[in-house]
Amino acid sequence: MTIAVSILPDQQLAALNAAYAKAVARKRLRLLAGVALFVAALLVASIGAEVNLRTFFTYFGNFVSYFDRILTLDSGQRVWSDVGEWFWGWHKWLKLLGETLLISYVGTLTGAVLAFLLNFFAAENTSPAPWLRFTVRRLLEFARTVPGIVFALIFVIAFGLGPMAGVLAIAIHSTGALGKLFSEIVENADMKPVEGIRSTGASWLSCMRFAVVPQVTAGYASYALLRFEINVREASVMGFVGAGGIGQELIVAIRKFYYSDVSAILVTIIVTVFLIDIATGWIRGRLFGKEGRA
Amino acid sequence: MTRPPEVDTAEIRARYPDVFNRPASARLATPAMLLAALAIFLFGLVDLDFSPSRFISGLSQLGWISMMMIPPDPGSSLPLYLKALGETLSIALLGTTLAALFALPVSLLAARNVVPSSILRFPVRRFLDSIRGVDTLIWALVWINVVGLGPFAGVLAIAVSDFGGFGKLFSEAIEGADQKQVEGIRASGGSALHEIRFGLLPQVLPVIAGQVLYFIESNTRSATIIGIVGAGGIGLQLAEQIRVLEWQKVSFLILMILVAVAAIDFISGKLRFAIIGMRAVA
Repeated sequence: MTIAVSILPDQQLAALNAAYAKAVARKRLRLLAGVALFVAALLVASIGAEVNLRTFFTYFGNFVSYFDRILTLDSGQRVWSDVGEWFWGWHKWLKLLGETLLISYVGTLTGAVLAFLLNFFAAENTSPAPWLRFTVRRLLEFARTVPGIVFALIFVIAFGLGPMAGVLAIAIHSTGALGKLFSEIVENADMKPVEGIRSTGASWLSCMRFAVVPQVTAGYASYALLRFEINVREASVMGFVGAGGIGQELIVAIRKFYYSDVSAILVTIIVTVFLIDIATGWIRGRLFGKEGRA
Repeated sequence: MTRPPEVDTAEIRARYPDVFNRPASARLATPAMLLAALAIFLFGLVDLDFSPSRFISGLSQLGWISMMMIPPDPGSSLPLYLKALGETLSIALLGTTLAALFALPVSLLAARNVVPSSILRFPVRRFLDSIRGVDTLIWALVWINVVGLGPFAGVLAIAVSDFGGFGKLFSEAIEGADQKQVEGIRASGGSALHEIRFGLLPQVLPVIAGQVLYFIESNTRSATIIGIVGAGGIGLQLAEQIRVLEWQKVSFLILMILVAVAAIDFISGKLRFAIIGMRAVA
């Protein structure tokens, strides 16, 4: 068996080798420059954020012992040795948790409906007029860039303390986030049905209703469910600014150093988030088959 | 011109029973679901004390507040706000980097193709899930208790909560990697570490870099709010100005946040495409 590897003359080989080495060196240099730039940015940032490693290491013990403390009952025993005592306030907490879930449900639904109404104006292929599209897009962008909790802070002043402010904040934020995602689905929709319906002389509204909506509802529902998951998490902190739900109780427990309450409420929230994740995953699977996770 | 032949509806109905005689349960499913959704919605409205009068008076209050916000005006505190914005950006950058550094080794443990034993993987995954289940703001409160008020607590809060998110995303990226290259390394006698270093990492690093950049972007958003609980940055200023009803300053701060987020979006979008090419981020 002959081996057909041609050996190039030395001169040619040297030229190729040099070119290769140069290319590699350039790539390395770029990488090195990138890393150096990144490290420099980190250093500047650590000054900006007042990072102090001494503080960190002195207080790191606190972090560990904080978990030790929140897992200890007043009697000095571990929390799981007396679950009844640990979850002594379960009645009140479950009620607040229900409130949190309702806040996210009502907020998500309102947001989804508003996003549904607006997204046809924001999508490139269905918007009736460019100026309308521009306006709606900027509106949605504003709604999703301003964090929900900032809206909540303002709404608490306008609408008074309580879950109403939380619901409205979540609704606005969801409108912005879902409006963008919805309009992206619409932009991917097949336009042939729309042409078909327009050719029969139908109005814009009928085109949307009979040609676009049937194509996109599955995607909409999937995104709305995902949003609900995210909103449950978000609603759990709405209480920090007085906008209802379990967050209120949590911030009181943390600020007043009711250690075992902190862990009990955290466990309640984490378990709820798990359950919601699993439940919405299951619903999505039922509605759109296994690949539904958009 | 001839008219089309009369359609024999009876025959069509007989031929497609699935379309014309759907069982009542199938036909009622959608309206029933919608009705249930509406019922919960209405129950929620009642339970959460929504009253039209409160809503309307709140709206008029809101209208009044928006009037007060115009024109946005920082007063004499512009330098302070710029410093706070810098603090926020620092928090986002540092927090995300820390999270990524710690998440990479852990995500290897959570990936099916690196750790085949599900007994080992299960606790790692649940651990990451529980970290993710807790909102960044809550982590910020915990860290404030540990290192005190200030941006450092914010960095640690972002680092911890992103650690959960990164762990999941990275391990999914690793699971999506091509096994053939790992097999090649194993065939040439490489150890498990060699397999990861030369077989897996070169495949997943671009994806991971894209995700890290995306998180820096989204963390700029989260970092703007952790100041509300006292963990530094522009959120602190925002919450204070809202509490003292300085609406012109509030609107200026919101504008600053919007501009900063848009700028970061733009820059990191460019960087992301430069690193991973024009492929979509997985």
